[in-house]
Amino acid sequence: MAATNVEVWQHATVVDVQDVAAGIRRIVLEPALPKTAEPGAHIDLKVRIAGQEDRRSYSIVDSADGGRRLALSVLKAPASRGGSEFMHTLAAGDTLEVTQPLQNFPLRVGAEQYILLAGGIGVTAMINMARVLKAVKADYRMVYAGRSRDAMAYLDRLREEHGDRLQVHVDDEATSLQVGELVAGADMDTELYMCGPIRLMDAVRRAWTERELPVANLRYETFGNSGWYDPEEFVVRIPRLGIEATVGQGRSMLEALEEAGADMMFDCRKGECGLCEVRVLALAGAIDHRDVFYSERQQHAAEKMCCCVSRAVTSGTGAQSDAVPGRGPAVVTIDVS
Amino acid sequence: MTAAVQTASSTTHKVMGHPLNAWYVAGWDHEVTRKPMARRIANRPLALYRTEDGKAVALADACWHRLAPLSMGKTMGKDGIQCPYHGIVYNSAGRCVSMPAQETINPSATVPSFPVVERHRYVWVWLGDPTRADPDLVPDMHQMDSPEWAGDGETIHADCNYQLVLDNLMDLTHEEFVHSSSIGQEELSESDFVVSHEGNTVTVTRWMHNIDAPPFWLKNMRDKFPGFEGKVDRWQIITFQAPSTICIDVGVAKAGTGAPEGDRSQGVNGFVMNTISPETDRSCHYFWAFMRNYRLDSQLITTQLRDGVHGVFGEDEEMLKAQQQAIDANPDYEFYNLNIDAGGMWVRRLIERMLVAEGRMASAVQAGI
Repeated sequence: MAATNVEVWQHATVVDVQDVAAGIRRIVLEPALPKTAEPGAHIDLKVRIAGQEDRRSYSIVDSADGGRRLALSVLKAPASRGGSEFMHTLAAGDTLEVTQPLQNFPLRVGAEQYILLAGGIGVTAMINMARVLKAVKADYRMVYAGRSRDAMAYLDRLREEHGDRLQVHVDDEATSLQVGELVAGADMDTELYMCGPIRLMDAVRRAWTERELPVANLRYETFGNSGWYDPEEFVVRIPRLGIEATVGQGRSMLEALEEAGADMMFDCRKGECGLCEVRVLALAGAIDHRDVFYSERQQHAAEKMCCCVSRAVTSGTGAQSDAVPGRGPAVVTIDVS
Repeated sequence: MTAAVQTASSTTHKVMGHPLNAWYVAGWDHEVTRKPMARRIANRPLALYRTEDGKAVALADACWHRLAPLSMGKTMGKDGIQCPYHGIVYNSAGRCVSMPAQETINPSATVPSFPVVERHRYVWVWLGDPTRADPDLVPDMHQMDSPEWAGDGETIHADCNYQLVLDNLMDLTHEEFVHSSSIGQEELSESDFVVSHEGNTVTVTRWMHNIDAPPFWLKNMRDKFPGFEGKVDRWQIITFQAPSTICIDVGVAKAGTGAPEGDRSQGVNGFVMNTISPETDRSCHYFWAFMRNYRLDSQLITTQLRDGVHGVFGEDEEMLKAQQQAIDANPDYEFYNLNIDAGGMWVRRLIERMLVAEGRMASAVQAGI
């Protein structure tokens, strides 16, 4: 949607911060150049991590008064690359550089039936969508899954707004979401919008494909920051260029390679476009594919990876405790374009 | 980086902005087919086509990838369209369903799909906030496809801001000067008119009593009453529906037979159906038709009326184009208003309110005027 994605940078002032769940802070901004945020919209903003400027994307939870007040909600991620920690330092009166709302996850009005699926902090992308679907009297339900109730933001508000249309699943209450059942409730005219951890989204994608539902009716947005494994430090080598770099827990492989002097090609930085593809020559460990560019077959082949989001890990089972002590960091040997 | 915002004030805008939260005609129903077509509406280039099931679709006419015009592509499958450049396929919702040379589809790959309603022989499109695209807001043009009315129309591509067409239709005094050989007569500027407004409509009513029928109307009277001679009572009841539809109830009846009081049985009645879709700031698509409620079975009369009005509107088209050129050639001169502009001025007021509500025109108060 090129037309709506012209980046207009502006100052924004933090006017309110509030904890809305365990580890989740609601941050309300007043931008200098207000613009109404459509459902599914996000803003990009400049963060400072260890003295360096970086850029992060956050979904807009709600947009009041024609976009004069934009609310975000940020989970302080234990394995954060630093962005969420920075966001949690903000206080009323601070100013930031932010874009006007950008749109990569548009809600289409007019579908027969909708399912909105939110996993954990992914709820931030779905709140505005649910509000609009209610306003246009659409046939929708919102499914909200989380680990524990105290870590699920906006539960009360959603219950109040959507009543029986809200369906809540909580792992530690033994009401975990059954993806098969969820997808069984969709038919050819159902559009499913989802935002959540990659495991959840991947399970939905599989079930969706198995039921042979129209691929274009499954809508999701990924900022490429969720993986199958916890991020670990690993080593990347490009023998042809004589480059060896260590990719810290909080950095991407693309960033580490750029810092090491490699001339890298990339675009979306969220694992969608495939431009940052590198060829894997050798691997000590496994690849944590965090992109949506490769098919399952291609990810299993482990011949290529999207270096903007994907990582190397020592563990082969997914549990960090599984990493063999003393085996050292994973090492991936690659070549680039 | 904000777009220039006009101010709603006592200024009479020479180039009027257009509301986006409105239904505009994108084309006649017969124009939109399985073969994609390009048309710009409200400054937005659209690719228009029909699905296999016959549903009209309006997508932004620019592929997500490199913005190549989808209207140059071809329809594909049940409801898709393929970009002519690299073969990316979108469905009618604007979602990419096929991408070249990769096993997956980039989830961001979409083009805007605009709400469409097919009604009154037209395909209407909504370019503003899709959550407000209520089909009940399509203007009432029921004469277009009612069994009680017959007729046909055409499209004029007018090289002027759409507001100039609205001005033209809201004040028919110009008929005396622009259309002197067909429908013009001096009683037009001599007779009184009444203006009223309510909600999103403006009405201008004019009656001319006991006059000679001008050539166009004499012909119509004789179609219904062969050999008719004598004086008539003539009416023009102009109804505007915001932002750009004007239906004009026109006719003549034998003088003194009670038409002003409601008995039109001794006359002929037509409806001039006009709906104008802005194309750019300085051009518009002007869709019109002339519908009548007598001799419904006569295709000859339908064709004669369509061709007759075609000639009349050709005179308007020429004037509107010349007016736009003069406006652009004289950027330092303003518009001034006459009493005859009362209808047109209410139209402007209603459009300005819509623009203010959309945040695309500052109100006089906000602008500190």
